[in-house]
Amino acid sequence: MSGHIVLEDISLNVPKEGVATRRGFLVAAGAAGLCYVAALGYPVYRYLASPAEMAAGAAAVTEVTLKDAQKLPAGSVLMFKFGPSPAMLIHHLNNTWVALTAVCTHLGCTVQYEPEANRIHCACHGGVYDPRTGANISGPPPRPLRLFKVAVGDAGVEVSRA
Amino acid sequence: MTTRTMTNTIYGWVDDRLGLSEIAAFARKKTVPAHAYSFWYYWGGISLFLFLVQCFTGVLLLVYYRPGADAYESVRQITFVMHFGWLIRSAHSWSANLMIFAIMVHMFSVFFMKAYRKPREFGWFSGMALLALATLFGFSGYLLPMDELSYFATKVGLQIPATVPWVGAAIASMLRGGPDVSEFTVQRFFALHVVVLPAIFVPLLAFHLWLVQKHGNALPPSEEARHPSDRKSIPFMPAFLRKDLAMWLISLNLLALLASVFPWSLGKQYDALSPAPLGIHPEWYFMSPFEMLKLLGNWLPGASGEIAGLLLFTAGIVLWILIPFYDVRRETGRRARAAHYFGLVSVILLLATTAIGYWTIR
Repeated sequence: MSGHIVLEDISLNVPKEGVATRRGFLVAAGAAGLCYVAALGYPVYRYLASPAEMAAGAAAVTEVTLKDAQKLPAGSVLMFKFGPSPAMLIHHLNNTWVALTAVCTHLGCTVQYEPEANRIHCACHGGVYDPRTGANISGPPPRPLRLFKVAVGDAGVEVSRA
Repeated sequence: MTTRTMTNTIYGWVDDRLGLSEIAAFARKKTVPAHAYSFWYYWGGISLFLFLVQCFTGVLLLVYYRPGADAYESVRQITFVMHFGWLIRSAHSWSANLMIFAIMVHMFSVFFMKAYRKPREFGWFSGMALLALATLFGFSGYLLPMDELSYFATKVGLQIPATVPWVGAAIASMLRGGPDVSEFTVQRFFALHVVVLPAIFVPLLAFHLWLVQKHGNALPPSEEARHPSDRKSIPFMPAFLRKDLAMWLISLNLLALLASVFPWSLGKQYDALSPAPLGIHPEWYFMSPFEMLKLLGNWLPGASGEIAGLLLFTAGIVLWILIPFYDVRRETGRRARAAHYFGLVSVILLLATTAIGYWTIR
């Protein structure tokens, strides 16, 4: 008990110096505290961010080779992963090939190709895209689906960033 | 409205509803005895701090750990693929060991300060239960990486319940989830480690802390012998709390040093067909009972030695737990001295058998 009161007495008797020392102490303690928060927070942040960093590495992919995809029948679709996100390769009935991202530009659902309706449809909120150009035709999507470059070869189909 | 009046208004609003002032007034009045043995008062707080570290790092490990057949691969990923995963795993393992050590220091200091006497018996019992749960945490957590060492440690450890007459084999088989340690074992140990044990440990810990709060710190007999006016005390706020937090900071620094300089290793993936590695031995906190059983086994070969050892060991633990009923009087008498010697013999036996255990590792 007495120890506590004596401590406060000292700081009252020498106000100028006491205040300066106390402020200095608080600043030093605050700085040390921040160092601790940073030293603990940084590894924890990097640890939790690891999968996101790995995905960012995968997103740097510029081309994907789909083996044997040239055998895809006309009027059908092949879903594949371009880096971390889904994409689609469509072989149209007139023998043209289109590859585009399969992530709806509205809220990120995976879209599907409907050959009988000749459209790309998003089941989440009814967005519709043109299966040849990726243009957003109706519904909520704000932007078209991004197109990829397609090169059909003997061994497979090469898809790359446009 | 200035910042100060606004703060006061908000504080007043919350205070009216939660009674913060009462808590603050209570905290201001609370004192802690100050004497030659005050140092030992901090070990309960250190144990608590390390438990909080366990919770924090445990949740972080839970983010990537996968129990079952994938267990080893997920721990390998945590250790070698995820950024700083090795550090978080290392901190979890080191802090677990430091926590058991701190609890043991806390237990022996309570024992020698005779803090288990009336009205603190429940504090002693709940503390012993918490220590038992802590060793179960250790045992179940040890298996989770599913490397060679954890596989054999669990295999051997489960032989102990198996020696219980009649029901032992059934209990061991139930804990293992089959006749041998497998991915079923790791799955149920995982459930035990992260759900069942915390669900028992946390309320028990709250009870233990509430009792400490209710009865205050116990005085050792040497202080009790003094006249109340000769006893010294310090206020809890801020003097004791400040020292308590300083101890937490020292613990954190020590933990950071150990975890980063001596990262916890990960062995080879377990293989039921490969032989036990040379020099395999139990964790240090299981070394003493392991060595006692081994020594008794040398004198009394065969199953009789094991059963005699377990009986002796169980009897010792029961006596230890029941000490508040034996050593009840405030004054120092024959019983108080006997309890003191019981404590000394226990410490010496524990240290000696642990030392012999490490000495004789082949």
